[in-house]
Parts: sequence; C-alpha cells; structure tokens
Amino acid sequence: MPWGLLKYGLGRRYPAGPDFPARPEFKPRYDVVIIGGGGHGLATAYYLARDWGITNVCVLEKGYLAGGNTARNTAVIRSNYITPESVRFYKESVDLFNDLSGELGYNILYSQRGQLTLAHSDATVRTFRMRAEVGKLVGTRIEMVDRRQIREIVPCLNMDENARQPILAGLWHRDGATGRHDAVAWGYAARAAEYGVELHQRTEVTGLEVERGRIAAVETNRGRVRGGHVIQAVAGMSSVVAAMAGIRLPIRSYPLQAMVTQPVKPFLDPLVSSSGLHTYVSQSSRGELVIGGGSDPYELYSTRATLELKESLIAHTLELFPFLANLRLMRQWAGITDMTPDYSPIMGESPVRNYWLDAGWGTWGFKATPVSGKRMAETIAREQVPEILRPFRLDRFKTFDLANEMGATAASH
Amino acid sequence: MKVMPCPLNGPRNISEFACGGEVAEMPEPGRTGDEDWADFIWMSNNTAGVVREWWCHVPTNYWFIAERNTVSDEILKTYPADEVFTARREFQGRDEGS
Repeated sequence: MPWGLLKYGLGRRYPAGPDFPARPEFKPRYDVVIIGGGGHGLATAYYLARDWGITNVCVLEKGYLAGGNTARNTAVIRSNYITPESVRFYKESVDLFNDLSGELGYNILYSQRGQLTLAHSDATVRTFRMRAEVGKLVGTRIEMVDRRQIREIVPCLNMDENARQPILAGLWHRDGATGRHDAVAWGYAARAAEYGVELHQRTEVTGLEVERGRIAAVETNRGRVRGGHVIQAVAGMSSVVAAMAGIRLPIRSYPLQAMVTQPVKPFLDPLVSSSGLHTYVSQSSRGELVIGGGSDPYELYSTRATLELKESLIAHTLELFPFLANLRLMRQWAGITDMTPDYSPIMGESPVRNYWLDAGWGTWGFKATPVSGKRMAETIAREQVPEILRPFRLDRFKTFDLANEMGATAASH
Repeated sequence: MKVMPCPLNGPRNISEFACGGEVAEMPEPGRTGDEDWADFIWMSNNTAGVVREWWCHVPTNYWFIAERNTVSDEILKTYPADEVFTARREFQGRDEGS
C-alpha cells in the first residue's frame, strides 16, 4: 500500500481536482434560490436535483460552504425523541445517514456506536420509559438499561452511588451515531454541483423583495437575483433573514459552547449524554473528546467564550469521567442556536407565498440534515408540505399545537 | 466574569441575574383574540443589535431594565423599571359585550 500511495502522490491524478466549481456570475432567474450554504441548504439543493429534476438552483452563502453551524455542532445523530412525530422524522434522517457515504460517493466517516443517555432523577427515569416505548412503537432501536447494563456499555463511567448526582438508569439507543459534519455538507455540495446547482459563496443576502404577498427577488451584495421559490436555511440567523421578508418567528438565539480535548487512545465507544448534568461527551475518530453542553443563559449573537460556562461544563463532565481531569483542552468554540419554545424546528410555509422556512434548528440541526433537505425539496417541488413535516409548521404556535421536545434534547437548556 | 451594573445593588457578576426577555407591551387579555395572544406569547423580535430587556437580580429579587447589544455582548445602560412604567396599568376583565 505505501508504494501505491507514493505512486498516486507522484502521478498525474494527484492533486485531485476541486470538489466544487468556481463561483459563476448570477443568471437572471432561478427556479429555486436557497439562502444558506450549510448542510440543510446544500442537502435541499441535492434532493431538488436528484428527486425532482430541478437543477436551475442557486445556493447563496455569505461566508464559505458549511462554515456556520454545520461546522460548529457536536455531530450527534440520533432519533430518541419523545413525541411520535419527532421520532418518525429523525428516524428517517438516521436511515438516510446510514447510506449517505455510499450514495454521495463521499466519506462522511459515519460511525454508528449507539448513544447512552443517563438519568439522575426519578423524573428523568419516567421520561426515559416514555421515550423508549415511543421509540419502539415507531421502530427505532431503543431500550431502558439498569446500572449493571450501563457498566457493560461504558465500563469507565463513574457509577459511584455517593456522587453528587448518582446514575440511576440509562436510555440506550443503538441507532445513535456520529459523522464528520463538514463532509456531509461537502458531499451534498459536490453532488449538487454535478447536477448543475450553482454555489455562490461570499454572497450575502441583504434584502428580500415581497410583492403582493409573494417573494419576488433576493438582494445580495453581488446584485439582485430572482427566484420562483426561495427557501431560507440559515441556522443562527433565522430571525434576521426572515425579518427581511417581514416575517416574525418564535425564535430566540443563544450561543452554545463546545470544546475538544487533546487526543487520547480510544476508550469511549458510545456517545454519552446527561441532561441532568447538562453535558454530552463523545470520542472522535481522531481520539479527541468532544464535549458540549447547554446553551448560554441569555440571548446573544456573539460566539465569544465564557470561562464560567466552560468551568461548569468541565465540572459536570468530570463527574461522569473523573479520570479525564488531567486532559488538556485543545479548542473551544460556540455556535448560535435558534431556540424555539417547544424545542422543535419550524419547517414549511411562511406567511409569504413561495418563501419557505427551514428554521428553528436550535441544538438539533445537524442530525436532521438529510431528512430536512429531502423533505424541504419535496415541499418546494410539489408546493405542498408533506405529512411528516406538518407537526413542525409555523402555524402550530397560532393553534397552541406544539411538539414539545424540551426533555429530549441532549442537554436541557 | 461579565459584570452587570444593577441599579439597586451596583456592579455584580452576571451569574446572579436572570434575563426576563424583551420589554413588550402586554395586550389586554380580555380584549385580545387568540391569534394576537399567541403572537404576544410566542413571537420574538430576536433583534441582532440593541435590545431593551427585563432583568432580575435573583438574590434580591429586584427587577429592572437593561439595554444591551446582542451582537457585541455589551451592556449599555441599566435603570429602574419606573423610569419607563410611570403609571399603574389596570387590565379590564373580559368584555362581555363583544
């Protein structure tokens, strides 16, 4: 193999060509304009082309592809929610993730290792039972586990009964997985570009033109572009972009801080999370521990770091894994999470005709990348919201018909 | 740690405070339709810029108003709520006639 690698390195096939074509000039009109070149926007572009033959599409990205919250999440893939509507939706996403590397011809380093959620109180144990039963009903792999089984799944967990918050039980979700978040977006972008979708990086949307209740055009720093349909997929900036079309959303934006440690030998196979301790931990394929927590305590659009949040996150993580105390942190960062009142996304119609929403992705956006792309593409192509997305419509707030997932987020906020 | 200048207690660590959300006028509950009421409860301006919010110093349970920039994370101004709310507002019961 080393010889093969050397030959490849010196051969004419290397360096390989770029994955994405250079940015073209705007065409006067597109069938679909996608605002946001993150995972969701690029997946929507891909499925519009693959499933519906709609290729006169452009993706507008103010920075670089997948440079926003697609790059900032902690790459947890799971479907262990509490309402059947959510479980059905996220299960479809997990199913799509299973085949994604092969389908895109792009290695997303998908690794299905299971996710273990821990309960430290009787109340949490009760919701685990409900989540397990709902999950089984919908057809996901999920079960309650006791302390002995938890020891078998993650032998290095601190099971001390005298801990401040001792572990009472667990929710074991075999479908839980992780993957390389950038590669998911890049894979979608590369294949969408092959179908003829235009990728416009460094193109910032500055305004939206609405005529007689219908979206007419999108203004950018590179000029005006017309689209038959426009969709916004701008996690972290949903309210700001929607406001350009005169739309108010039930979203409040908070930073969420995460971090990784220096790499160590593999010791932690499943993803471990605890909503009681506001932390979730996984070991990346490079050996780094990825640690994320709850959102910041007040609304903010800044991705700055705060020492107090890092300290509490580390303290809680050390309660689960005390032996990590000597590890050093390598990097830390924050993403902006668009939190909705019921911890579910907002997808589908907006008050403006032909302007579609893919918003409110809070802390649960990455895992929904394939399904939101596929189903938003269907929504736009058929101009009709499919049944699986109906529970997440914006209008649910008018009718007080919420899909409450507060208890099933990885770390309650 | 970030410091919040409390109008009552002076500068204190921000971990002692809870944010109560943007200052918004509450519609008359008895005279507001379901849709407007839902709008008041759920919708948010979520402004990227200067906002005016309710904050509470939790140990003293003192509510006041703060103006801060949600992009730069700067607290611009804090003052007691009676600088804005100068008169008591009475809400009517449900208007039976309508």
